[in-house]
Amino acid sequence: MEALSSLIHGFGVLADPMNILYMFIGIFLGVLIGVLPGLGGANGVAILLPLTFSMSPVSAIIMLSSIYWGALFGGAITSILFNIPGEPWSVATTFDGYPLAQKGRAGEALATAFTGSFFGAFVATLLLTFLAPLIARFALQFGPAEFFAVYLLTFCSFVGMGKESPFKVIAAMMLGFALAAVGLDTVTGQLRMTFGTTELLRGFDFLVAVIGLFGVGEILLTMEEGLAFKGKTAKINLRVVIETWKELPKYWLTAIRGSIVGCWMGITPGGATPASFMSYGLAKRFSKSGHKFGTGEIEGVLAPETAAHAAGTSALLPMLTLGIPGSPTAAVLLGGLLIWGLQPGPLLFVEQKDFVWGLIASIYLGNIAGLIVVLTTVPLFAAILRVPFSIIAPIILVICAVGAYTVHNALLDISVMLVFGVLGYIFKKLGYPLAPLVLALVLGDMAESSFRQAMLLSQGSMAIFWSNWLVGSIVTLALLMLFWPLISLALGKLRTKAPAVPQTE
Amino acid sequence: MIKQPFLTQTLVAAGALGTALTALPAAAAWQPTRPVEFIVPAGTGGGADQMARVIQGIVQKHSLMSQPLVVINKSGGAGAEGFLDVKGSARNPHKIIITLSNLFTTPLATGVPFKWEDMTPVAMLALDEFVLWVNAKSPYKTAKEYVDAAKAAPPNQFKMGGTGSKQEDQIITAAIEQQTGVKLTYVPYKGGGDVAAQLVGGHVDSSVNNPIEAVAQWRAGELRPLCVFDSQRIPLKEKVTSDMAWGDIPTCKEQGLDIEYLMLRGIFMTPNATPDQVAFYVDLFKKVRETPEWKDFMEKGAFNTTFMSGDQYKEWVRKAADTHRGLMEKAGFLAKS
Repeated sequence: MEALSSLIHGFGVLADPMNILYMFIGIFLGVLIGVLPGLGGANGVAILLPLTFSMSPVSAIIMLSSIYWGALFGGAITSILFNIPGEPWSVATTFDGYPLAQKGRAGEALATAFTGSFFGAFVATLLLTFLAPLIARFALQFGPAEFFAVYLLTFCSFVGMGKESPFKVIAAMMLGFALAAVGLDTVTGQLRMTFGTTELLRGFDFLVAVIGLFGVGEILLTMEEGLAFKGKTAKINLRVVIETWKELPKYWLTAIRGSIVGCWMGITPGGATPASFMSYGLAKRFSKSGHKFGTGEIEGVLAPETAAHAAGTSALLPMLTLGIPGSPTAAVLLGGLLIWGLQPGPLLFVEQKDFVWGLIASIYLGNIAGLIVVLTTVPLFAAILRVPFSIIAPIILVICAVGAYTVHNALLDISVMLVFGVLGYIFKKLGYPLAPLVLALVLGDMAESSFRQAMLLSQGSMAIFWSNWLVGSIVTLALLMLFWPLISLALGKLRTKAPAVPQTE
Repeated sequence: MIKQPFLTQTLVAAGALGTALTALPAAAAWQPTRPVEFIVPAGTGGGADQMARVIQGIVQKHSLMSQPLVVINKSGGAGAEGFLDVKGSARNPHKIIITLSNLFTTPLATGVPFKWEDMTPVAMLALDEFVLWVNAKSPYKTAKEYVDAAKAAPPNQFKMGGTGSKQEDQIITAAIEQQTGVKLTYVPYKGGGDVAAQLVGGHVDSSVNNPIEAVAQWRAGELRPLCVFDSQRIPLKEKVTSDMAWGDIPTCKEQGLDIEYLMLRGIFMTPNATPDQVAFYVDLFKKVRETPEWKDFMEKGAFNTTFMSGDQYKEWVRKAADTHRGLMEKAGFLAKS
């Protein structure tokens, strides 16, 4: 096979010991970036981009993409241990990861997250190796209507399935939409809800909100409940990894579903964050233990992590083949390609064989190296939970504040983070769910602009959402998901009624 | 095209002479004493961001400055956040900003209080070209055919994709409408890369992407350039596709579409900067322009490489600001106060 021989050629490019060294440096830096909230993969890569000027393009992309893999792995660590998502795509990981840590199963949660990430990346890389040119064309079919359909599907696969009252879910989601609307409106070019203050121009960043809502909110709760972590009993040896691995094959369906959702969202390019939410939502709906999600289910960690890493990896595909970045980090890497004198696009695979196949080979090796690095550190991270709360809490607060500041280099964001922290505390106390708020905040903006772009294209006709098989089937699926509770209720009623009929006779 | 009469091999000497002319002892020439913040009033990955990071890399690689240059993105409110930051940092010479057309358009469209006079002009690095693109599968081979087809079709039938709202892409669209009397539907997207992909996918009928945003799709035979919005053709003769060079694209004026639009890629610094501080940065960017990496970058992006500083630059910016006000007023894009 041609792809196979090209891949072997790629591994040949990698054989240079310097490239292997760059790969490990990249992985370490990436894990660090992933752990620090606020300093996202895109920022990290952008900061280090100029350093790579003196390297060959192959070495440069190997190091930078390794940072990206490291960040994808690392994002899960603080989500699970402290309920602070290091990266936007790890928000969904907190839903079950943190309860697991509180039960003393932090090691298992971390091992699951890392293994799931690796599996997702591996599936996506296989796709990249063998089907790249074929699948790339698919991304082109995505216009505004299709994008909106995907966001709608994400919302719908998430709504109407929580334990909370649907009204609380809607209230939280509406608040998220309102916050997402602050700042510049891309469709009209007008400012909204800034009330004349220049500080509100940039709107509310999702990361700042998440650091406050989850991180600071959690610390406030823990303070009230007795100034101690609940997860102190976490096992801290490497055997926990092996034990977790024995358990994981049970969840093969969730892992595969997560990978498919992830690859799809990475290519289209919806991105890793919606992929992780969608995968979590789907897993909750279709898993046998779905009703227990949110209380600490291994499957609830596996689903979002697999999807996030699959999406993060496959986001490189449209970048390489079409020059459309599938994620913010891919956008920065795209800029890097131009700086190194490479022209992304359909001809890259033909003209720059060394580069493309070296990169693809480095994804395989980079992820294996990443998995080894993070798995060996599982006991180390689990041990952090044994540090007394009075010592670790101030450190976490400082890291949160630094993270919130880093997102936009804005001092006001630290205050915003604290306000969100109090809001997160109040939400928990009153039993309002945080997830819908976060989901609306991260996707609200994109969903709104793609909806309005679609309306511009169709001159206001809703028929555009059923104008071809692709968008039509996604929208129909989304609506089915939204009304599934009602539909299953109706079906259930019908079924119980049927046998009841003869009895009443 | 490349007019650089002041630029010789003896740059350093010229810089020293310039400083001497401002009646200051040459020994007192200003040097940064802290890391210099390089503000980008746009998101990561866009055209301005790419250019800033190229400059950062060049400065670092060739050790052109004793202090590091740090790129910071402040994209909030269509770049207003970045400009307001510079405006509010009077007498801090360790902060410079790269501009795109939002220097003119953002305050006019949103009413956010800043204008170019609030900052100190340093130098024009280059001008970014705009090209009218259509999908290669469409039947239009020339700008005239495209305009005629749009005229024949019902109003709003033709869709123009572009970056942002009431920014440069929509200004050009409005200018095309005013010139020809056609009515296009303008669909705003987040970035130039998105627009090119949407055009390839057939979701819009045309775009006015910058060369660097669409060159990959052009080379792959997915897009077709119809005309360039400049007074003369791009002076690059090297073949980009199998049979065309940048220089083979006719100007829109040749095609009967009398519209010229170029986007400023220039540098400003904080208010109240002293002449020797400005001179330091002018000198720095002259050195940057001499490097092979910069020349390569200019050619890849088919930039118009005009360089200006001092009064000449100020005059250019003044004129551009007036032009933008006129264009936006005619199109009805001005913020209601």
